[in-house]
Amino acid sequence: MTSLPEKTGKKLGLVIDLDTCVGCHACVVNCKEWNTSNYGAPLSDMDAYGSNPVGTFLNRVHSYEVTPDTGLAQTVHFPKSCLHCEDAPCVTVCPTGASYKRVEDGIVLVNEDDCMGCGLCAWACPYGARELDQLAGVMKKCTLCVDRIYNDNIPEEDRVPACVRTCPAGARHFGDFADPDSPVSRLTAERGGMELMPEQGTKPVNRYLPPRQKDASLSEIKALGGDIEEPKGLLAWLDKALEAI
Amino acid sequence: MSLKPTARTEARPSPKVSDEIRKTTCYMCACRCGIDVHLQDGKVKYIEGNRDHPVNQGVLCAKGSAGIMQHYAPSRLRAPLKRTGPRGSGHFEEISWDEAYDIAVSWLKPLRETAPEKLAFFTGRDQSQSFTSWFAQAFGTPNYAAHGGFCSVNMAAAGIYTMGGAFWEFGQPDWDRTKLFMIFGVAEDHDSNPIKIGLGKLKARGAKVIGVNPIRSGYNAVADEWIGITPGTDGLFVLALIHELLKAGKVDLGYLSRYTNAGFLIGEEDGLFLRDPDTGKPMVLDRTTGKPAIYDTPGVKPDLAKTHRHAGATYRPAFLTLAETYLDPAFAPDAVADRCGLTADRIKWVAAELARVAFDEEIVLDQPWTDWKGERHDRMIGRPVAFHAMRGISAHSNGFQTCRALHVLQILLGSVEVPGGFRFKPPYPKPPEAHPKPHAGVRPGEPLDGPHLGYPMAPEHLLVNEDGSAKRIDKAFTWENPFSAHGLMHMVISNAHAGDPYRIDTLFMYMANMAWNSSMNTSEVIRMLTDTDASGEYVIPHIIYADAYSSETVAYADLILPDTTYLERHDCISLLDRPICEAEAAADAIRWPVAEPDRDVKGFQSALIDLGARLGLPGFVNEDGSQKFADYADYMVNHERRPGVGPLAGWRGENGDCHGRGAPHPDQLQKYIDNGGFWIGHIPEEAQFYKPWNQAYQDWAVEIGLFDAQAPYVFNLYLEPMRLLQRAAEGHGPVQPPDHLRERIKATMTPLPVWYEPFEETVVDKDEYPLHALTQRPMHMYHSWGSQNAWLRQITNANKLYVPGKVFDETGLAETGWAYVTSAHGRIKVPVARMEALNERTVWTWNAIGKKRGAWSLSDDAPEATNGFLLNHLINELLPPKGDGRRWANSDPVTGQAAWFDLRVKIEKAPPGGPSEPAHPPLKSPVGKGPKTIAYGEDF
Amino acid sequence: MHPAPSVIVFTALSGLGFGLLAWLGIGRPDVAGAAAFGLYFLGYALAVGGLTASAFHLANPRNAPKAFSQWRTSWLSREAVLAVAALLAVAPYAFGRIFLGGAPGWLGFVGAVLSLATVFTTSMIYTQLKTIPRWHHPLTPVLFLGYAIGGGALIAGQATPAAFLLAATGVAQIAAWVIGDGLFARAGHTRETATGLGRIGKVRQLESPHSGSNYLLKEMAYSVGRKHAEKLRVIGTALAFLLPLLILLGTPFGPLWAGLSVACHLVGVFVVRWLFFAEAKHVVSLYYAG
Repeated sequence: MTSLPEKTGKKLGLVIDLDTCVGCHACVVNCKEWNTSNYGAPLSDMDAYGSNPVGTFLNRVHSYEVTPDTGLAQTVHFPKSCLHCEDAPCVTVCPTGASYKRVEDGIVLVNEDDCMGCGLCAWACPYGARELDQLAGVMKKCTLCVDRIYNDNIPEEDRVPACVRTCPAGARHFGDFADPDSPVSRLTAERGGMELMPEQGTKPVNRYLPPRQKDASLSEIKALGGDIEEPKGLLAWLDKALEAI
Repeated sequence: MSLKPTARTEARPSPKVSDEIRKTTCYMCACRCGIDVHLQDGKVKYIEGNRDHPVNQGVLCAKGSAGIMQHYAPSRLRAPLKRTGPRGSGHFEEISWDEAYDIAVSWLKPLRETAPEKLAFFTGRDQSQSFTSWFAQAFGTPNYAAHGGFCSVNMAAAGIYTMGGAFWEFGQPDWDRTKLFMIFGVAEDHDSNPIKIGLGKLKARGAKVIGVNPIRSGYNAVADEWIGITPGTDGLFVLALIHELLKAGKVDLGYLSRYTNAGFLIGEEDGLFLRDPDTGKPMVLDRTTGKPAIYDTPGVKPDLAKTHRHAGATYRPAFLTLAETYLDPAFAPDAVADRCGLTADRIKWVAAELARVAFDEEIVLDQPWTDWKGERHDRMIGRPVAFHAMRGISAHSNGFQTCRALHVLQILLGSVEVPGGFRFKPPYPKPPEAHPKPHAGVRPGEPLDGPHLGYPMAPEHLLVNEDGSAKRIDKAFTWENPFSAHGLMHMVISNAHAGDPYRIDTLFMYMANMAWNSSMNTSEVIRMLTDTDASGEYVIPHIIYADAYSSETVAYADLILPDTTYLERHDCISLLDRPICEAEAAADAIRWPVAEPDRDVKGFQSALIDLGARLGLPGFVNEDGSQKFADYADYMVNHERRPGVGPLAGWRGENGDCHGRGAPHPDQLQKYIDNGGFWIGHIPEEAQFYKPWNQAYQDWAVEIGLFDAQAPYVFNLYLEPMRLLQRAAEGHGPVQPPDHLRERIKATMTPLPVWYEPFEETVVDKDEYPLHALTQRPMHMYHSWGSQNAWLRQITNANKLYVPGKVFDETGLAETGWAYVTSAHGRIKVPVARMEALNERTVWTWNAIGKKRGAWSLSDDAPEATNGFLLNHLINELLPPKGDGRRWANSDPVTGQAAWFDLRVKIEKAPPGGPSEPAHPPLKSPVGKGPKTIAYGEDF
Repeated sequence: MHPAPSVIVFTALSGLGFGLLAWLGIGRPDVAGAAAFGLYFLGYALAVGGLTASAFHLANPRNAPKAFSQWRTSWLSREAVLAVAALLAVAPYAFGRIFLGGAPGWLGFVGAVLSLATVFTTSMIYTQLKTIPRWHHPLTPVLFLGYAIGGGALIAGQATPAAFLLAATGVAQIAAWVIGDGLFARAGHTRETATGLGRIGKVRQLESPHSGSNYLLKEMAYSVGRKHAEKLRVIGTALAFLLPLLILLGTPFGPLWAGLSVACHLVGVFVVRWLFFAEAKHVVSLYYAG
């Protein structure tokens, strides 16, 4: 069913903290290893040991340099995967009904048994969240680890997406945005969680926490301004200070 | 193009994850995280972090998650190999282990009986050094070390000498309490997950991070303040911070007087401590009595200000000397800012912020404790400022002193071993006196007279012969680098090739890619390995190499002992060596074969057990000459280093209920496996902080066998052993340095930290080579290993030289363009990219991405070989000639650490297009090439 | 966007085919028997050939039949449904024309409407994509229909309408290029909005996520040099519009000249359609360099 649900029970998604992400690619690779042997066809790697290795990844970390008008340039590591949009254009364009958004939790999925590999959904996505697997010929995308988050075979605390479970810096948070009191909703509210390319009107569920203000020392003058300089001053200070111990 | 019809494609909410989880220790880098290895149908299906593990607490980095691709890498060696073509050709034949051992024994046995020093045994990223050194000691060669000499020995040695421990494996910030964290020059993979977990904790709390690094990437990208310092000037920057703090009186005098040698009286004439004639212990001036007293006498309050006259000499407290030294205007921010590439205001800001957090945001824990003098304290005071540093400050020729300066800064702030500060991890704190001294006593047919490596405390402890020549092939512990506590692996091949100090017969290496990214001057090292003498024999006659994979170095060895992957082996991450302890607990861990090898390979340590037995080495054979340990697993359980103390601390004793000390327990490994592959013993609450001086900690450490007797000590602001070296250079004492080194020793072995210009900069024309060149290791790669990993190599399979925007424009470079990079030593051609968040006098690239064609089972046109490059070609183990007829080492003068980061270069625009140069001809792969496509997981 | 031959052939041929079938449906030219067979054969060959080419764009064509299911939401599905409906609806009319000497006019008209509706749905596959601002514009369906009807008229030998339609489509095409060049910027998509980092400063890629390429880059990060594109625009305009118009207006319009004008037009359409893809910039390119 490629019509979008009017409303979903939950709005599951991720908060990605750009102030914390160090760009280590842990999420990229753990996602790859979980998803290559679970939901759907494996994530293949073409020319794996050759001159142009290209594989399917559901999550990739970009690195940007941001240069303010004044002050120092900054480096921002930027993980990107499916944002599970409320108004997901990738779903409605699908001709076969393979792409769908789940009514119960809002996860956008591809039923690979129905996918004909036309690639139109990938064209419709502004974020580059979908990749057509070159070996299997079906569209792959982040499933929000739908096969982990409800999985009775793994401990309850592990029922989060693999990228969240593995992120060493804790820069990724998983939860229900429909619940205003959920940690992801609160983080979004407190830290000004942003939508990517809001002008596309996709209403992405995933939010990005912007980097905090950097390099305060450039604009803030602060110095200890002590005056212990000569040996005499030093001795006097020491004497007084030691007495106080 | 076909999609296998499979039920997997539907969104099944609860698929079975695997048949079985086996918990072991990761080895995708040196971080040693706990991993849950999921197996299905006997194959590795999924690897995730072990939630209960002290190191990674469940998380896992990109390398760890890519373990499947390493475990099944096509580059795995399959059987022992004997070289059939010339060295470097890659032509080998597979042989049996028996034949391999026979060959090795035929080379080594005669050496042991006549000249054991002709074996040089060096291990690279070895996590079993207590075992490999034990082999070398039993063999009797003095020529053993691991890779610390070219990695971070400055950090380790400066830490041990200054405060009984350094960063990473020695200690960690108090992540849960610190409010200001300052990180200097950290290779992004060192202590990989713990630093990221810690940064995450700080970020969640909104605590501040200051990153000091010429490059704003990785940890520095998330730092609140980025101090883009000029390489090699960290020490100057730190001394300026110390200057500011002293000038404002913002140092913790109470801490200094109790826990450091700040009060030790130093002779004005000789610079040595005034010592009690009976005990030899240093003296302080007691403020209460006004009289000298032994420093650790209960109740003594050292005076840090008053001078003392004794027997016609004047003695001054160490602190006074320190304060006077650094209050000198030469250390003022205004005087150093330009050289550091910073503004004076920013240096002042950092000093003020350190002081504010340390003193105005003091932490108090209501935890009573008793110090080693028996004095009871009702609470623990914390200075919530924590530091961390690694190779960035260490791999310079002024690295030892810079690391010392940083530790002195930590100590002046009173932030070591206190809540919110920097905390040691057992078996640290451990002062230099408690470490062995280096040994090189060779007796043919006998073991060495003691451990190879250690911490010299005086010139008498150096390993030099009567004639001044070096006892070790790497010239460690000589006047050229007296405190080379980790040896100098980077000098072994060139010294062996030159026959200086002597020729060797067999070079035996493990896990050290010395023919490529682990050597300075790579192309020249390759030449030395393949060079022949007049008779056509190789100058280094025999090379044995152990590796699991078809690395560059494999091609240059005569005999290859194929190691297993990390999932197929036994290992112990031992308290005798480099354990996985946390500040709150002692811990060690094992690896065990969670998958069986499908090749004729053997864990290297097990092979060494076999080899040791075949050589009849003491400890490796029973009295009847039979092999003592079946394999490494047997050794891990049954070897005892001291009675009751073995490689593994957990589940000892007859019933397996003793921890730390106890007789070997036959089911010990199973107990480890049942516990998730590790053992952890928590430090009592009262012993959590102030460890060097905390009675409860000292008791606990003795109880679990870290030491045999209590060993409290104070921190060395003033490092007397350095002064002893200086004094020798001034002509005092029986062991004298060669004349040409006297001036350098006087200038660089100062007992208080000093900053001097990195050596390369003093000999090259800085106008001609205006730029610093650095490498950083990406977080998702470990040395050269990552490139054979189908997943990791997709992330980075080619590196570019990052050039600051201004230089980029001035040089006329273009994105996707190429440049020549030239040092005083050589020239390479590389692809370039622009970067603004970079010190404006620095260029840099990712380390160890460039590969030799044909290695690691990659295709000959792999980007790693065509576009990837190493800066190593530009770096020599020797400095450019100074014109004094000598070639000086490109190393730290104290420890011999390779000064990788002193490199100066110039860049020029090059014609577009690759390949990167030098372009080496391809090696023949002894294991063939990898498959074209992978669809891992298809079978599940 | 990557100008894949399969989609270029698909859109170009099926558009012409359905355009021709539409003209035949309204009885222009009014043919029967062998002549009708020839033209209907050509119409079907172009339409079905184009549709077949589109199947080569599918990575998993096994599931192509499922593409008829989502006509409620998906323009691609609607196109599939309408294409089949049009081909089916045209068939009895064609049968009548070829074998019975004639067929009811309303039947032909239904076939003609369905044929053009198919072309419209094809155009909407592209027009609907907000991610590609150049396509996301009313001129896209106008052009697709213009090419179909104009080209169809040319093949159908409807010289006068063909001339007018080609001229009009040519004008529309030039307008689409001129307007299209500014659409990306007008949509307001920048690296700064894509990353949300504009509040800090100017954003530029420091390092791509992976050293090598990926599906997205191969599919969507195609770029064509400005000069190259301009040259191709001129060539495309000349071949698709100017030369056929010259032939239409300046020659005694016979089979030879007609054939030549159709050939010119077809090559021109291929060039223009190549540009349609190659010049289309997808917003995902903002996440990558260049």
